[in-house]
Amino acid sequence: MAPGGPRRGEIRQFWRTFSRNQLAMCGGAVVTVLVFLAVLAPALAPWDPNRPDTRKILVAPSSSHWFGTDPLGRDVLSRVLYGSRISLSVGFVSVGIAAAIGMLLGAAAGYYGGVVDNVVMRLVDLMLVFPRFFLLLAVLAFLKPSIWTIMTVIGLTGWMGVARLVRAEFLTLREREFVIWSESVGAGALRIIFRHILPNAIAPILVAMTLGIPAAILTEAGLSFLGLGVQPPYATWGNILNDGRDYIEIAWWLTLYPGLAILITVLSYNLMGEGIRDALDPRLRQSRVGRILRLGR
Amino acid sequence: MALFALRRLLLSIPLLIGITFVSFVVISLAPGGPLDFLTPEDPNASPEVKERLVKEFGLDRPIHVQYWQWLKRAVRLDFGRSFLPDGRPVLTKIGERLPVTLFLNVIELAIIVGLAVPIGVLSATRQYSLYDKITTVFVFVGFATPDFWLALLLMILFGVQLGWLPISGLRSLNWEYLTFWQQQWDFFAHLVLPIVVATFGGLAGFSRYMRQSMLEVVRQDYVQTARAKGLSERVVISKHALRNALLPVITILALALPGLIGGSVIIESIFAIPGMGQLMVQSVFSRDYPVVMGNLVIVASLTLVANLVADITYGLVDPRIRFGGRRGRR
Repeated sequence: MAPGGPRRGEIRQFWRTFSRNQLAMCGGAVVTVLVFLAVLAPALAPWDPNRPDTRKILVAPSSSHWFGTDPLGRDVLSRVLYGSRISLSVGFVSVGIAAAIGMLLGAAAGYYGGVVDNVVMRLVDLMLVFPRFFLLLAVLAFLKPSIWTIMTVIGLTGWMGVARLVRAEFLTLREREFVIWSESVGAGALRIIFRHILPNAIAPILVAMTLGIPAAILTEAGLSFLGLGVQPPYATWGNILNDGRDYIEIAWWLTLYPGLAILITVLSYNLMGEGIRDALDPRLRQSRVGRILRLGR
Repeated sequence: MALFALRRLLLSIPLLIGITFVSFVVISLAPGGPLDFLTPEDPNASPEVKERLVKEFGLDRPIHVQYWQWLKRAVRLDFGRSFLPDGRPVLTKIGERLPVTLFLNVIELAIIVGLAVPIGVLSATRQYSLYDKITTVFVFVGFATPDFWLALLLMILFGVQLGWLPISGLRSLNWEYLTFWQQQWDFFAHLVLPIVVATFGGLAGFSRYMRQSMLEVVRQDYVQTARAKGLSERVVISKHALRNALLPVITILALALPGLIGGSVIIESIFAIPGMGQLMVQSVFSRDYPVVMGNLVIVASLTLVANLVADITYGLVDPRIRFGGRRGRR
């Protein structure tokens, strides 16, 4: 393939394979619906997610409150809808941060090799030695919890998979003719990295990012569940579950619905991600693209 | 082989130093220093206490000196004393918790491997069968289920609704009055839910991996040869294919370990199990910074040791790794 990234024919080929995969298409459809629900939450939510109502504390699901109400009398459906905004933005932003760091470090390691490669790969090994939740908690112990802190911290602890992938791609691509030609006509290192090699390595990065989003959503939910994630009054799936923890004996709806929301979201992203992987490159089917990220969880 | 093991061992020394360095950087992240959060209202934060702490951690000295001082003590596993009123050494606190977490994780790992290998092998040998499809669904759902949610659901079902299983701690309140066998049973009953929750996600990932590894192996020439020799399918699968399919699993197991240990944070705090994870959450909330740091260093070092063991085991069972001089990861 010439420099400049995927061409139109390849995109069509990709779509043909992807659209034949029913599970992946279902996943993609659900993801689209979820994004719409999150964007339109203010218009769709039947109640104000943050307004308490003392007359309606812990009301079971009914026609006016489909998902019931919480201990402060807030509507759970509205809170779950608003929670999806937080979950999705944390997913996207933190994966964006992780991908940016991973691409830069992976590209440097794969392109320059030698000492740079050694340093970067040892750093990757080092980061992978820390159980992610312990590292996240340790960092959060000293920082003021806010949605930005959470996004940054999840991003900073999740770039290792992308770095490995990008490095591997660079190692093979940098020996290819078009790179050697560009070097011979005097193109600078940065130009070669960003204009010539990176666009050709974009496929696995995209797959890794698609599969990284659900992992980040799960991580955020876990942190919020422990009370160390996004703080009230913002509704997130994790902290609705945390609110429901003390009432599991009387109010199952506080636990069931936000958890189902997480399950459905993560499941459909995973199905879509695996579909994209299979369609982009059959070679990747057996590879560990997905697995590397998952195991970091 | 000894040389290979030695090489691996030497390579992990810089990682160990790295662990202490990262941990130290984490402390330094705190704006205004790790003592900044000790507000004046805090009874632990009298000026004398603060002064003692500043001295103890050398916070009045330049950062590299601080790191050096801290490292010198960390090497001797001296992480100082807890900030909590009990003021006990960090190492003692961790020492009480570590066996619980290790015990749970070893059991979980054993269950995961014990179940995932047959599940994966069966789905690989019957690719695209109904059984394979069902396990694939299970795998995707397993990946997507948040462990804390599963824990809550099981608590509601088996703990609250049915009342079959205890939902918190490791012992009942009346533990002392039970006979020996009742005590064993009580302990076992307390373990059921946490272990089911902890193994669920790992089981999904691992059986998927086993299936793929097996699918790769059965396509190899030596498996065809074994079949051509007229060996029964059973022997081909269990003797020729399975052994080779299990090789990369060792590495994956080691790579998955941090995730499993990290999972103890959530499991232990939901089920009120007195392990490292619960200690971590408690000390994060009480801002007990020496315990947080000690915990981080110990957990990471344990993972490092486990990786080392896996690497060496891999070298032991697969000569290609040992003589190729490359890492056990493809």
